[in-house]
This record gives sequence, C-alpha cells and structure tokens, in this order.
Amino acid sequence: MSLPEMSALFPTLQEVIFVLFALLIAVTSLIAAMAPNLFHNALGLVATLFGIAGIYFMLEAEFVGVSQILVYIGAIATLITFAIMLTRGMMFGRTSAMNRQGLAGAIISGLFFVVLLGIVFQVPWPNVVADITDGEALIANLGALFVSTYLLPFELLALLLLVALTGALLLARDR
Amino acid sequence: MVSQTWYLALAAFVFSCGLYAALTRRNAIAVLIGIELMLNAVNINLVTFWRYGSMAPMEQLSGQVFSLFVIAIAGAEAAVGLALIISVYRTRHTVNLDELDMLKG
Amino acid sequence: MAIDYLPLLILVITAMIFAAIAIITPTIFGPKRDNTQKKQPYESGMIPFHDARRRFSVKYFLVAMLFLLFDIEVIFLYPWAVVLRDLRWLAMAPMVFFLAVLIVGLLYEWKKGALDWGE
Repeated sequence: MSLPEMSALFPTLQEVIFVLFALLIAVTSLIAAMAPNLFHNALGLVATLFGIAGIYFMLEAEFVGVSQILVYIGAIATLITFAIMLTRGMMFGRTSAMNRQGLAGAIISGLFFVVLLGIVFQVPWPNVVADITDGEALIANLGALFVSTYLLPFELLALLLLVALTGALLLARDR
Repeated sequence: MVSQTWYLALAAFVFSCGLYAALTRRNAIAVLIGIELMLNAVNINLVTFWRYGSMAPMEQLSGQVFSLFVIAIAGAEAAVGLALIISVYRTRHTVNLDELDMLKG
Repeated sequence: MAIDYLPLLILVITAMIFAAIAIITPTIFGPKRDNTQKKQPYESGMIPFHDARRRFSVKYFLVAMLFLLFDIEVIFLYPWAVVLRDLRWLAMAPMVFFLAVLIVGLLYEWKKGALDWGE
C-alpha cells in the first residue's frame, strides 16, 4: 500500500474537527429543543450557537462567525435569558413541557429530517471550492455590496430595526 | 476537506430540531428558541453555498450577505417576539401557548 | 485558511479541559463538611436577603433590547468602515441614512423614558 492510500484511511485534522463540532451541535441542539427545563433550553441554544460559529470558522467565513458570536450569543441569548427570568414563576413544574401534539410533531420533524437528508445526499452538488479572497479584502467586498447591490435591503433593514425597537419598547414597557 | 454534503446534513439536523421544538413545545419562549435554531440552520446552508460554488467572487459573496441579513433580522424578530411574550405574560399571567386561545372560534 | 485558527481551537479545548479538571478533582478528593452557612449563596460577604428566584424588573430587558439593536448595527458598520476610504461619498450617504433612522429610534426611546433607571 502506498503512502497516499495509507493516509486516505485516516481522517484529516479538518475532518476530525468537523466531527467534533458536529457532535457538539447535534447534542446541544437536541438539548435546546427537548429539555423540559427552559433554562437548559437556553443554555443548549447558546452552546449550539457557539458550535455553529465554529462551523463558520471552518468554512472560512470568519466575519459571519464573529457576527454570530457578537449578535446571537452576545445579545439574542441574553435577551432570551432575561425574558425567561421575567416570565417564570407559576409555570414551573405544573404542566408537562410538551403539548398534545408531541408524538405527531416528533414524527413530522423526523420524517422531514429523513427527506431532507435524502435530498442532500441525492443531489449531485458541484464539487468545487470557490476561490475566495483573503479576510480583509473579503470584508471590504462585503461593505461594497452593502452600499451598492444590496443598498435597498440595507436601508430597509434600518427601518425594520427602528420599527422593531419602537414596537418592542411599546409592548414591553411598564405602564 | 469536508464535502459540502456533510455541512448540509448538519444544517438539516439542526433545522429538524428547531422544527420539533416549534411544533411541540408548550412554552412560547421554547418555541422562539426553536425558531432561532431553524434560522441558524438556514444560515449554515447559506455560508456553505458561499464556500462551495463556482460563481464570480462578488456574486458568490451574496451567501455571506444574506446570512448577515438573516442574523440582523433574527435580532429584530427576537426583540419583538420576546416583548410580545412579556406583554402577554403581564395580562394573562401565562406564556403557555395552549392557554392563549381567546381568538379560537 | 481555517487551519490558522487551530491555536484558537486548542486554547478553547485546553480551557475546557482545565475547567473540567478544576471542577471534578475537588468533588472527588476534597473533604465535604456541610453546614448551613456554607450552603448559603455567596453574595460577596453580604448576607443574602432575598430569594434569587423572583421576577426581574422589565428594565433589564429594555436595556438588553437596546443593546441588541445597536449590536446589530456593528456588523454593518464594520465592513462599511473598511470600504469607506475607497468609495467615499458613495458609501457615506447610505450609512448616514442608516444611522439617522436608528438615531430616531434612540431619541424615541429616550423621550419615552426607557433610559431612565428611576423608581
């Protein structure tokens, strides 16, 4: 057996890291979806988001990975935790965490996963790796796209954030 | 190099977990967590298609642009959704979706 | 290349292993002598006067929400700042509009008193 054939038997370092991240994401997303305690759900969500940020780093989308950590873990997870602390009280341990559609929901999402997996493995994806520009030029390209091709969505996003801010403020404020 | 199939399969798994949570959980915040999981799964797909594709670099970069937009809109959605949940909790003293059935005919 | 981030990954894994060792070793080898004072939550030396499991004030949520909105802004400001020198006014004008819209939100919030922490 020649040396390339030998080395093909062993997983590369990148594959090992991918498997580790995938296992982390799989376990923690199951926790986020199924654990009966709401706080465990939130912690599972945070760990899943960390794992997904790692996946972005593996895909060399560093900026998206950093944005993920900054916005999702830094802000959205905090917001969810605060909301849990604001609304708990009488709802603990009284009823089960699942509603009456527990079995049907499990069947539907399980079937959905199987179908999706079938499609993913059936489609002949083009097996090319895009030649990407390095970090700084890539971020500059992103900035150029925001103010040229995606100008309208970019400005609409400002309006959306304004409306979301004022609306959420009106809803959540003490009166 | 890990092929893109595996990234897409991982995203499919995360999406199914989110779907399960959104369909079956009783607590409104848990449903929101499920929705966040689904949005993240879509983001994995977008970034994967950015990495594995054969378009011109600028067009290819749309994958990352979309994923950043998704992150931003998920933020707005979480803010409004959680404010709604808090507002409902204040008037009805529950966030269980089964009990919020006033509009049911 | 993604392999450049290997030191970062090694750091994270090392930190996790270190934390696990620091938690597991005392639970196995450490002496366990409980009394009521030890079981109290640690409040930097103060005597805890309230149950921690009570409802929080909604003000924390409002501050977190404000933070979220302006946190999102950062992920658009950063690429814009990188490209500003090349595009100049072509990049300046959209961002001025973007920020102006968000500052309207901040002023509204200010006017409504969401930034006051008074009783």
